Amino acid sequence: MSPAMNDAPNTKVMNRFELTRRLVAQLQADEAVIAGIGNTNFDLWAAGRRPQNFYMLGSMGLAVPIALGVALAQPKRRVIALEGDGSMLMQLGALATVATLAPKNLVIVVMDNASYQITGAQPTATAFKTDLAAMARGAGMQHCSWAADEADFEVLVARALGGDGPWLIAARIDREPGVGTTDRDPAQIRDRFMRGLGVKG
Amino acid sequence: MAREWHEIMQAAFKANEVTLVTYVPDKVLTPLIAGIERDRDFTIFATAREEEAVGIVCGAWMGGRRGVVLMQTSGFGTLANALASLVVPFQIPVLMVISERGTLGEFNLGQAMVCRTMRPVLDALGIEHHTITRLDELGFIVDRSIKQAVATQQPAAFILSPLLTGGKVFTA
Repeated sequence: MSPAMNDAPNTKVMNRFELTRRLVAQLQADEAVIAGIGNTNFDLWAAGRRPQNFYMLGSMGLAVPIALGVALAQPKRRVIALEGDGSMLMQLGALATVATLAPKNLVIVVMDNASYQITGAQPTATAFKTDLAAMARGAGMQHCSWAADEADFEVLVARALGGDGPWLIAARIDREPGVGTTDRDPAQIRDRFMRGLGVKG
Repeated sequence: MAREWHEIMQAAFKANEVTLVTYVPDKVLTPLIAGIERDRDFTIFATAREEEAVGIVCGAWMGGRRGVVLMQTSGFGTLANALASLVVPFQIPVLMVISERGTLGEFNLGQAMVCRTMRPVLDALGIEHHTITRLDELGFIVDRSIKQAVATQQPAAFILSPLLTGGKVFTA
């Protein structure tokens, strides 16, 4: 079966780094950002280092749970999970947990290129019939949207940063690889993040 | 008044400010879960998978809140990658409570097999773990181990033996 992009979301195919750059540019309140492994991580890194960014180095699928944990620990801070479609598919149950707990300060952004780009661009299920925003809605999340284009993405991000969530924003992206490469020093990443969140002095 | 194992454990969590409790349920853990649900100082909820719970507790720790994952032996069997690629290298004191199935009267061969993988995985990753068999040692082990985990930024696992909890009983 050849991959044909699911035609359900009638949206523009955008670029991950461009969207990540636009997302980071909208952050004004030391929002925490947790990025999943691989390209999602690399583009967050390339969009500019922030002490409130956390970069995973493994544990594929756990960006949303980690972000949920931060959101529960710091309910006054807005927390954003950045995930790819392959990672999200690996931990779909997390969407049900998010829907059940309904943390107002949590935002999930899914960058969907319908492929495991980094391992050789093998198609994921979203290349065929699976719609991740619809799955999140089915899990019980109320605010789930596909971004129609870059301007719409910015509007959705602004709404998610300002209003009560949890939110899920999905964006169709191309299959360009990530722009940068994160440092690979886990203890340092964790320590900087905790200082960025004000947990360590 | 003699206290039950789950009351001692709950008190040790509370005394050490471990207030975020995540779990994938187990019959033996039921009284612990029920007791914590009745205490408003705790936040407790179920997750779909154990590794999801580990991720949540990692995030909570980095955000300044201590947490624990409750599970059974087979649940621990799903955790090797999350422990090896997140908890251990990032030095996060995730606390794990594992209700031990697969030994001392197990009726399910699958449980017995996965039980044999548990301690080798913990040992391979260098994770401190204690198998708790006695009520009189429980409070000391849990209290001291939480303090050590937090101070050294290392995870810790408490394996609850059927000798402590009674385990899951069946008739052969």
